[in-house]
Amino acid sequence: MAAALQVVAVLAGAPLVMGGMRQVRARLEGRAGGGIGQPYRDLRKLLRKQQITPQGTTVVFALAPAVAAGSTLLIAAIVPLIALGSPLDSAADLFGVVGLLFLGTVALTLAALDTGTAFGGMGSSREITIAALVEPTILLAVFALSIPAHSANLAAIVSAAMQNPGQVFSPGSVLAFVALVIVTLAETGRLPVDNPSTHLEVTMIHPAMVLEYAGPKLAVVEWASGMRLTVLLALLANLFLPWGVAATDPSALGVLLGLAAITVKVAVLASVLAAGEVFIAKLRLFRVPELLAGSFLLALLAVTASSFLATTTQ
Amino acid sequence: MSWIGKIRRVGRIVEPAQNAPETTIAPPTGVTGSLQLRHVDAGSCNGCELEITGAFSAVYDAERYGARLVASPRHADGLLTTGVVTHNMRQPLLNTFHAVPEPRVVIAVGDCACNGGAFADGYGVVGPVGDVVPVDVEVPGCPPTPQQIITALRKVTGR
Repeated sequence: MAAALQVVAVLAGAPLVMGGMRQVRARLEGRAGGGIGQPYRDLRKLLRKQQITPQGTTVVFALAPAVAAGSTLLIAAIVPLIALGSPLDSAADLFGVVGLLFLGTVALTLAALDTGTAFGGMGSSREITIAALVEPTILLAVFALSIPAHSANLAAIVSAAMQNPGQVFSPGSVLAFVALVIVTLAETGRLPVDNPSTHLEVTMIHPAMVLEYAGPKLAVVEWASGMRLTVLLALLANLFLPWGVAATDPSALGVLLGLAAITVKVAVLASVLAAGEVFIAKLRLFRVPELLAGSFLLALLAVTASSFLATTTQ
Repeated sequence: MSWIGKIRRVGRIVEPAQNAPETTIAPPTGVTGSLQLRHVDAGSCNGCELEITGAFSAVYDAERYGARLVASPRHADGLLTTGVVTHNMRQPLLNTFHAVPEPRVVIAVGDCACNGGAFADGYGVVGPVGDVVPVDVEVPGCPPTPQQIITALRKVTGR
């Protein structure tokens, strides 16, 4: 039940997260902003528009939005957001989650290549460049977190952190947190890696890949990218601040508490992220690998620190 | 830290919202408060572009009425065209128009786009935007003020 609620909450909450982040940004810029509900209006309108299939595209282009949205929803079902112990718990392994994330990325890059446009190919090549640097960092960072828990299972990591709250402030954990924040920004196409609100095709990464989508398919793509951001923020929050996550086989009250806790955590993280974005500019594309290499180094240090500390305390 | 101080000192600079104008055409998809536009410069002197930039700036903030400029005609609900249509821009304008998924609107901004304006009888000119694609909303002025552009956008978004 909790897993089903997680999927529904991510589906319904993702536009709210996007709208909230735009609203925070608008207020800090002195604007009034479109309001938190603007993404809902945009999605509703897109779903009513004509579907255009560009000439020469194949089934890859047609299926990519569904694959991207489906893989994100599957992640939402298996990771411990509201409660531990989802029905797919044995698959809630950090390698599985990273693989699912990459599946969504690859589906959209192939779709962009499928359109045969210049910007689509350019966006795909950039996205894959970044993904190739991001995926090992996510793996290493969560690996650093899995050493104290003695398991790569996400539910096991979260419950270990709940039993031992002091561990959150260990050097390995703090380093892994910083590394994970940077790769989350890169993976979801936020500043300083990619600008989600740009109109200039030459500076785009993620938006360049979806330039040919229209109508309902564009709605699915935008919804999927919002859900991706929501799931990653929620996972980030629960890996480091697992308070409020309901235990296995939770009561209705526990599920409600878990839902409230994750809502508050994601709202705070998203607001901080949006406020931080006001102060930074997009990095030059050739500087992005330096940033990601830095986060990889942090993740590597996190693994070293946590394995060293784990052996000395035993 | 001086940026945080600046944000606090400046506060909200957006002009107070005026009463919504009467809608002359229904929102293209029946959803009010959401209008994505692709801007096409068909041969403008860039005066209207400056005013459009102003309309989407922090002071006039067209985004609060649900209007937004997008990077691709596929993402758009309509075109925001400026300037007279020149011979070289006639086909690109038509291509962009047909790339916009239906239902779509065309908003002609400025005297040149509405009736040819100062360039009406030029040798490189096909004619106003209405001669090439069907125009739904006209914004006269040379150039129109951001407030006039926003009033026209609100007529379409209905917000």
